[in-house]
Amino acid sequence: MKFGIIVFPGSNCDHDCYHAVKHVFGQEAEYVWHKETTLKGLDCVILPGGFSYGDYLRTGAIARFSPVMSEVIRFAARGGLVLGICNGFQILTEAGLLPGALMRNKGLKFICSRVNLRVENDSSAFTGAYRRGQTLSVPIAHADGNYFADDDTIKRLEDTDRVVYRYCSPEGSISNEANPNGSLANIAGILNDRGNVMGTMPHPERACEPVLGSTDGVRVFESILSAFA
Amino acid sequence: MKAKVYVTLKNGVLDPQGKAVMGALKSMNFDEVRDVRVGKFMELELDGKSMKEEESRLKEMCEKLLANTVIENYRIEIK
Repeated sequence: MKFGIIVFPGSNCDHDCYHAVKHVFGQEAEYVWHKETTLKGLDCVILPGGFSYGDYLRTGAIARFSPVMSEVIRFAARGGLVLGICNGFQILTEAGLLPGALMRNKGLKFICSRVNLRVENDSSAFTGAYRRGQTLSVPIAHADGNYFADDDTIKRLEDTDRVVYRYCSPEGSISNEANPNGSLANIAGILNDRGNVMGTMPHPERACEPVLGSTDGVRVFESILSAFA
Repeated sequence: MKAKVYVTLKNGVLDPQGKAVMGALKSMNFDEVRDVRVGKFMELELDGKSMKEEESRLKEMCEKLLANTVIENYRIEIK
């Protein structure tokens, strides 16, 4: 399977994604500079974390108009798999590929830590290898991860099983205390209506090897590989 | 032609920055402060020909880039 990792000016998790795809999972990976206008030959596109365009105006607001993004939108419309991690998630919401917005963390601070997540969807192309209700330990590193959407959108996400996972306590309970950033309904990751675009604030690519302290992110990539096979 | 664009969070959208600023003001004994909302202010210089045309162009700029209408409102002033 061939993965493309989009590199925006200010991306800084592009190498993490490349490493995970290429060296942990042994797949083909290539960087795609944001000025490119083709995604030919790619099976999955990853928008990595970072601070594209210095987060100026709003996170992801300017990157969303990078030349490659029109092609990412077409790629998604053709059913291609698109995974946005952290800043990538923010860019996908700005681009309208995912609903809602990611606002400043409720506590205003940049949070770099490991969080617990409860898996809510175990049937998508990105989560098929998980079990619903399973808890994961995955790192976050963001200042703007506070997921917001209007009531109708939240209801639609819930009703159509498009919440991927939520911030939870180590035991798996969903509470305010376990919510690091103020996200509505503790939402940490979502899918688009077709299930081929996923946005996640936690970084699965940084939880793929024991040396990093957790391998709970492995199944995101395993899910993608088996969905493609 | 000059334009001013004000971008503010919609009512009902939590504004943690505003809350922090309010907390600071209260700690400085400005007890009359009941709420603070932090927004953005942008000044644009334009080569536009007609005010009317520029107004609709500015609206487009706001809808596409300057504001995120999921969470923000905008207001335009042209001079």
